[in-house]
Order: sequence, then C-alpha cells, then structure tokens
Amino acid sequence: METFWYIAVTLMLGAYVLLDGFDFGVGLVYPLVTRTEEERVTALGAIGPVWNGNEVWLIAAGGLLFFAFPRAYAAGFSGFYLALIIVLWLFMARGLALELRSHVDHLLWRQFWDLAFCGASALLAVVFGAALGNLIRGVPLNQDGYFFVALWTNFMTGPEPGILDWFTVLTGLTSAAILALHGANYLAMKTEGSLQAQARTIARLAGFATVGSVVLVLAAVPFVQPSFSHNYEAHPMGAVLPFLGIGALVATIVLRRREHDVYAFYASCVMILAFLAGTAWGSYPNILIATTDPSHSLTVGNATAGIYGMHAGLWWFLPGFILVIAYQVYAHRLFWGKVHPSSH
Amino acid sequence: MESALIYDRLQFAITATFHYLFPQLTMGLALLLFYLRSKALLGGGEHYHLVARFWTKIFALSFAFGVVTGIPLEFQFGTNWAKFSNFAGGVIGQTLAMEGLFAFFLESSFLGILLYGDKRFSRGVQWFASLMLFLGSWLSGYFILATNAWMQHPVAYTVAPDGRLFVDSLSGLLTNPWLLWQFTHNMTAAVVTASFVMAAVGALYLLSGVHQEYARTFVRIGVVAGCGAAALMIYPTGDGNAKQVFEYQPVKGAAFEGLFRTERGAGLLLIGQPNMETMTIDNPLVVPGALSFLVYDEIYAKVKGLDAFPRLDWPDNLPLLYYSYHIMAGLGTIFVGVMGLALLWLWRGRLFTASWLLWLLVLSAPFPYIATTAGWMTAELGRQPWLVYGLLRTSEGASPLVHSGNALFTLLGFLGLYLLLGILFLFLFLETIRQGPAGSPNGGTA
Repeated sequence: METFWYIAVTLMLGAYVLLDGFDFGVGLVYPLVTRTEEERVTALGAIGPVWNGNEVWLIAAGGLLFFAFPRAYAAGFSGFYLALIIVLWLFMARGLALELRSHVDHLLWRQFWDLAFCGASALLAVVFGAALGNLIRGVPLNQDGYFFVALWTNFMTGPEPGILDWFTVLTGLTSAAILALHGANYLAMKTEGSLQAQARTIARLAGFATVGSVVLVLAAVPFVQPSFSHNYEAHPMGAVLPFLGIGALVATIVLRRREHDVYAFYASCVMILAFLAGTAWGSYPNILIATTDPSHSLTVGNATAGIYGMHAGLWWFLPGFILVIAYQVYAHRLFWGKVHPSSH
Repeated sequence: MESALIYDRLQFAITATFHYLFPQLTMGLALLLFYLRSKALLGGGEHYHLVARFWTKIFALSFAFGVVTGIPLEFQFGTNWAKFSNFAGGVIGQTLAMEGLFAFFLESSFLGILLYGDKRFSRGVQWFASLMLFLGSWLSGYFILATNAWMQHPVAYTVAPDGRLFVDSLSGLLTNPWLLWQFTHNMTAAVVTASFVMAAVGALYLLSGVHQEYARTFVRIGVVAGCGAAALMIYPTGDGNAKQVFEYQPVKGAAFEGLFRTERGAGLLLIGQPNMETMTIDNPLVVPGALSFLVYDEIYAKVKGLDAFPRLDWPDNLPLLYYSYHIMAGLGTIFVGVMGLALLWLWRGRLFTASWLLWLLVLSAPFPYIATTAGWMTAELGRQPWLVYGLLRTSEGASPLVHSGNALFTLLGFLGLYLLLGILFLFLFLETIRQGPAGSPNGGTA
C-alpha cells in the first residue's frame, strides 16, 4: 500500500516536471530564441493556455505527499525552510509575469515582466534540480525526524551539508540544461519561421550541455550516496530506467539533428520520466535519506499516514486521477497545433 | 522556538488574509458568470456574451492573484507548522490532496479555455467551461473549508500509538456537521462580495455616463443576487454558525459577545468596548434577553460566560476577536439594508437615475472584503489557543528547528511582496474597468 502511494507521488511529480518543465524551458530560452515582440507573443502564446494547468501538478503532488507521508512532508518542508519560501516568491513572480504582461501596452512594462519570467524560470529550474540532488545526497535528520539546513555552508557534501554543495549545484545545472532542451523542443514543435529556427538551434546546443552534465551526475552519484546502488544490485531490472533515460537523450539529439520536432519533444519527455523514475528506484523505500544515521531516514514505512487513510485514498485518487488525465488531454487537444500570433 | 511562534502566526495570518481577498471574488463571480453564460446561450444573445467576457477578464485577474497567493499557504503547513502537519496530516492530508486533484485542475484547465478560446470555440463549449469553472472553484472552497472545519471541530479520527492522528472515516470527515453552516455561510458571503463589486462597477458607469447598457445589466444582476445572498448570509447560515459555536466552542461564543459572566436571560451587546482590566464592557448598549433567545430560542436560558472556563483556554486576543465578530455581524446587517433599498428602487424603476443610491453602491464595494476578513479573524482567533480544537495547542504546532530569524525574514519578505501585489492588483483592476466591456460604442477595445 505504501509502495503504491510512493509510486503515485512519483508519478504526479513526473507529470509535473514533464509538463511544467516545458514551460520553464520556454522561460529559460525565451531571451535567446525571440527577437521581436511578435515572436515573444507567439512564444508566450504557446504556453499561455496550458501553463496554469501544468503548475497544478506540483500543488497536487505536494498535496498527495502531505496526504500519504505527512511526516516526510513536515520534515522536508521545515528543513528546507528558506529555500522553499524563496521558491514561492519565484513562483509568484513567474505566474504574475505570464498573467500580467499583456495587460498594459507599454514597452517598459513588457520588458520588466519578460525579465521576471526568464529570471524566475531559470532560477526555479536550477532549484528543482538542486532539490532532487538533496534527495539523492540526503539531509541531516535528527532522531525526531526533523532537520534544518542552511542554503549553503562550504559547498562540500558530508554529514552536515548545505542545500547547495558541489553535487547539488551540479544537479541544478543539469536540470537547467535538460529543461532548456525540453522547452526548446516544445517551442520548435509549436512554432514556425525564424522563431522555430532559433528554437531548433538552442535545442541542439542544450542537447550537448545535457549530455555533458548527465555524464557527470551519473558518475558522481555512487560517491555521494553509496546506498543508491543497493536497489540496483538487488533488482538489476531497475537499471532499465537510467539506460532508457540515456537512450532517450541520444534519441532526442538524433531526432533533433533530423529536425523531427514532434518526436524530439516526445523523446525529451521519455528522458525526463526515465531519469526521475530511476532516481525513485534508487531511493526507495527512503523518502528522505539521513546523512547522520541511516536509522533516522524517513521511509515509506515510518512516514505513512495510516492504513485506513491510505485505503480510503484509493476511492478518490483513482477516479480523480483518470478525470484529471481526461480534461488535461481535452485542454491540451483544444490548443493542439502551431500557435500563430493572431490566434487569440 | 518560542519567539518564532509569533512570526509564524503573523505570517500565516497575513498570507491567508491577503489570499482570501481574491478567491472570495472568484468564487462568487463563478456563479454569476455561469448565469451570464447560460443567459448568453439561451437567447440572451451577444449582449450577455460580452458581459460575460468582461467579467471573465476580472475573474482571471483575481484568479491569478488567488493562485499565486494560495500556493504559499499549502507550503506553510510544512515549512512553518511542521509539528502540526506531522500530527494532523493523516487526516487533513485527505482534504488537501483532494482539493488539488479535483478542484485545481478543473479550474485552471477550463479557465485557460475561456480566456484563450474566445474566438476559437463555440458558445456551447464556453458555457460548459464556465460550468466546470464554477464547480471547480466551489469544490475548492468545500475542501479547504472541510480542512478548516476539522480544525474547528475534529471528527473521524483515531490516535495512533505515537500520538499522531489518522482518519478513520472519509465520509465522516467530508460531512463534518460543522462544515454545513461554515460552507453555506462562506459561499453566500463570496456571492455578496461578487455582487457588490458587479453592482458597484455598473453604478460607476451609470454615474459617469459610459457603457450605459452594460451598466444596467451589472447593477440589476448585482442587486438581485446581492440582496438574496446578503439575506442568506444572516439567516439561516450566520444564525446556524453562531448556534454551533455556542454548542461546540462555548468559550469562543462568550468571547464573541463580550460575555464575561454567566447569565440567565443574557442580553445581546450591540456596542461597547471590552475592558480587560475590570472584565466588563464599557459603554454597553444591550438588547435584554436577546442573546439567550438567539442561541437557545428562549429568553431566560442560561448562557455561559468567560468565567465558566479556565483562563488558559480563553482566546488569547480577546478584544480583537470581539471587534472582529461585531464588525462582521454589523456589516452583514448593513449589507441587507443597502441591497434591500437598491432592490426596492430597482423594482420601482428608479434605481438607474437615483444618483445618491448609485453612489452608495459604489462606496459599499470594499465593505464585503472587510466583513469577510473580519469573519475569518472571528473564526480563527476564536479557535485560539488551539490549533486543532481541543487536541493541539497552537504553541505545539510550529516547526521545531526553524529559528525566529528565518521566520522574521520570510515574514518581512511576504509583507513587502504583498504590498506590491496589492498595488499591482488595484492598478490592473481599475485599468480593466476603465477599458470597459469590449466592443461597446463608447469604450475601448481590450
């Protein structure tokens, strides 16, 4: 039962990274691919109708984590206190930038929100990667199951690390590279003309950055978190996931070279899901790994919300999840195809 | 972490209060928008379509601010109130997760369709989207209030060996008796806010002589819906709420009414200032026997005063609680008066030319916001000193390792940010109103 909810939370987070990932990516590459106001409006129009729905996956995933593993939610959110509140502020800036840019027709107004959109997207992409890095590396949980980490200390891993150390900075930059690739792929698929050409170029460059950083991360993980290999050694079939991720990354680059925009985007989707699933596979049954003492780790077993609640959750989660998929597909289908500056 | 507690409390109070300025308008407007879209579909024609489109723009603006100010609240359960989340997450995790899954997706997906699909989709699709938007926003309110109702009146839980709470009946949680009155009272209040805003915008247009034909529709709908909702807000929903407070949280009820001593035939205090030194009311104006009658339907019934409870269980900011309650109740009464008057003038066909009454409608618009804010303060200050009523004290719920310096830093950050957001919202709101409904002969094009 706990395992089911572990998978469900991972799945929701995966959907979130996949979907909001492309609009973060659009934000990252936005100043690089757009030259004119018309191109900016088109790029924003490509994500305008769907980004709000994409973002909801994070809130729903957070809600689901709270529901299924309240102890892990409490520990994680209070432990990463400053980082999370700063993430909130960035979220606000980004959301408002997307909503408000078109409200006032003035050059400075648009430039200000463009800056907010791009800056917040870039920082958040790095922060998400760093967060994943923290989950892999572990946090200094005490025996009550709480911890508190500073934003950074001396940038070294170890029993008392900061949120940012050399490893999590690396995962953060990797995340930025992956999302830039993903977002540029999305734009190439949704647009035409010079905007599409620029998006393709950026996607190619981001592809190379991704390859380099992914290799570094994969090489670093065994040193930073030796326990990660346990599940892979015990159940070698899990190794399919990272290999699938690498395969999809190669496919993305090959498809990119041949300008198969739609398939390149699908390939970057598969890559993101495979890498996240691979992380979850290595981490299980831990939700928060303790750097202090392995017995302090919060697992699906000791962080659970009780057996009745978990069973009751099935009654609403499964129909709810199917409903969500249905109208998300409906909403995305309504806006299928290329965007044109005049279509809204 | 004693000193961090005050910052944690202030931060949650400020972020929650500021957040609720936006959803109360969108939840109320969602109902009115559904009415407008239905009317547009059922032969109301282009006029109602344009009216709906204009208010969808206002809805979207308020919704955007509601979303960005709402996310911090979910986060803060974990960041600032970790012990509470660990203690109660096994119960309220259910309702919060359900809100995410059922309500947010519905709202955000279909708002996108309404905003970006004006020219692409048929009126039928838009009508359907507005129905889903209405459902989504009210469901969202339902799940959040189910969470709050559980904190006010915990039901359907068991205590695990380690002291944490787990839900033991999902249906019990979702049909918490507290929820019925809280939900209906909140939703009618949301409709009151939206109605006052709609009527005020219409009245403003009439007074300045622009967008006349739209203005009359705004005022008509605003006044009719506002009158009905304001009346419902007092009876039965306000009355039902007060009765259940006296039944389940009598110390809170006594604090509302400034009733320091237990009395038979307790009077209803209309005006007066609680004096915490002498434990009396200064300058009281009292309707004899009325409180006993309102609570127990009997003039000589005994009503427990604050003296019947240990001081430790008194709400910790009694005067503020007392004033919040009286501001809420007083404004609620005034709303019925204002809207009743406007309805009478509308019925006599004189409203659109009665400039004093139109001015009254314009100037009334901010007051529902004050009343709902006071209403929330009433509910939440009244729950003190408990975080979960009778089970967990507020002082026991905060994050154990977050020091006061961090909490103060983020509190100041939110204050600054929200000041800017408030200015930004007002500016954009007034700008949208100035532009007027698109396509009108004397208005701009949006």
